[in-house]
Amino acid sequence: MGMFKINIHDLESRKSEIIKNSVGLDYSDYEYEGIGFDYDKLMNESGFTFDEVKSIQKESMVGNTPLIELKNMTRYVRKFSQKGHGARIFLKDEAGNLSGSFKARRAAISVYKAKKMGYKGVIAATSGNYGAAVAALAAKHGLKCIIVQECFDSKNVAQPEILEKARACEAYGAEVIQLSVGPELFYTFLHLLDETGYFNASLYSPYGVMGIETLGHEIATEIKVNEGKFPEAVICTNAGGGNLTGTARGLQNAKATKTKVIGASVDLYGLHMASDDDFNRKSFTTGHTGFGIPFAVNPDRSDVPRSAARPLRYMQEYYTVNQGSVFFITEALAVLEGLERGPAGNTSLAVAFKLAQTMKEDEIIVVQESEYTGAGKHHQPQLSFAKNKNIELLFGNPMDEKAGENIVFPKSGQDIDVNKLDMDKIKKSYLKKYMDNKLENPDIEFLCKELNITQEHYKKLMEEAQHERKKR
Amino acid sequence: MLVKKGAFVRLRNHLLLPEERSKSLPESTTQVPYKSWTKGFLVEESELYENATVVTVTGRKVTGVLKEVEPRYKHTFGDYVPEIHRMRSVILEEVWGDGDV
Repeated sequence: MGMFKINIHDLESRKSEIIKNSVGLDYSDYEYEGIGFDYDKLMNESGFTFDEVKSIQKESMVGNTPLIELKNMTRYVRKFSQKGHGARIFLKDEAGNLSGSFKARRAAISVYKAKKMGYKGVIAATSGNYGAAVAALAAKHGLKCIIVQECFDSKNVAQPEILEKARACEAYGAEVIQLSVGPELFYTFLHLLDETGYFNASLYSPYGVMGIETLGHEIATEIKVNEGKFPEAVICTNAGGGNLTGTARGLQNAKATKTKVIGASVDLYGLHMASDDDFNRKSFTTGHTGFGIPFAVNPDRSDVPRSAARPLRYMQEYYTVNQGSVFFITEALAVLEGLERGPAGNTSLAVAFKLAQTMKEDEIIVVQESEYTGAGKHHQPQLSFAKNKNIELLFGNPMDEKAGENIVFPKSGQDIDVNKLDMDKIKKSYLKKYMDNKLENPDIEFLCKELNITQEHYKKLMEEAQHERKKR
Repeated sequence: MLVKKGAFVRLRNHLLLPEERSKSLPESTTQVPYKSWTKGFLVEESELYENATVVTVTGRKVTGVLKEVEPRYKHTFGDYVPEIHRMRSVILEEVWGDGDV
């Protein structure tokens, strides 16, 4: 037996066959002529009804997590709000799921599907909570599990948070393959799917996304029962887009159609996600703009032919917040509410803290997740790690933070600030890849659904995109 | 150093050499090899830092350089970070008005 090498050309040529064998779905059944595909059919006809999803999760100790009002956090918000303002903040404590995060909702359905189809094992490519979730659910179903994670830089230094995820996966009996920085991870992943014949427990399959619909549904129905109305807003930490997509679909399913769906990501502008140098200069390995923007603009860059995570169909507003503010709010959650959670999962809480100040005091904003914390994935080890990488820790204006150079904590809760992203700009970036296509009516209808816009709005954005290209 | 058959170890592999990596990646990435680490049980007595073969917990056979015997988890809660105490004081002071802790 030779050394374990990967042959990118061979894997690339057999990519679609390997993926097809590993996802248990023929995506060509959902394709249209032209650029589009039938997203609703993919979501509605690929296996499970909403009630089935609920019962699969219930059997796996997934879902029905506590929804708690963060009264002290709200009190803090109101200190900085005008009279009559300062919305009530609720938190869906998803750390209560099997394996400690909302990702168990996604893994529960994927792994159930794998078991049902007779696969002997499951594979997922993830450095995050999803790995632990897939490993835990695989353990429960008696399936083998391999988790592939990008972990080390070329000096063999790992992100502490990712080391903790590896430990958790191994604790649930999974094999963990750790990789150095680079997008070639995808080929290692393909190689393993090909070698083992295991199921691709992709975060982006319909199973990975429909598992989250219960989360949105639980939020809507619980708030309605207890408060007599649906929440005014639900805010989701956004990375690959599945969290926001599934939550929004669940809200719609519960008829909470007026609830605003808001995305939030940690601002890591300036750091290159495939850079060996930059890899350990960030303090967040997920929930950040390095995933949030590219996956919104190009959802099908994932590990399945068509991603079920399509955040621009549902996201009404999108905010970024700096690392220092998320750490500050993580500390606040611990000392004000007795909840040691996060930090990455608290991204949306940091944004909610700011947004709640502008909302009325009888309004409700729900932060839809929390995650477990522990050695490695906690603000103390992450800040300690950052210091060792010579990242400066400062107190000042969080808006002055330069990711990779410093972390700026607010001097007061009042200084927590957010950036509201221009949704039209993001939608134009999405459209840019189709500027040279000859688009027919069905294509345009598809794009309008993808971006949740009218035909007139589509025309305006496409014209602007063309114009911007000419200028460049 | 000889490591006995059946020991739980960690292997390292160079999956791609620098020149085999995509040129579209940032320079700091293309200058270094693309590596992987796998854990498993040695199928035969092997020399540390030499090629060795393991069986992983899923039953795969993998060959690579034997880097570590009985690898331990090295992540911790980190060093004391005074900035956390400062944030804590601010938060408690602003909410309850008795910041000194």
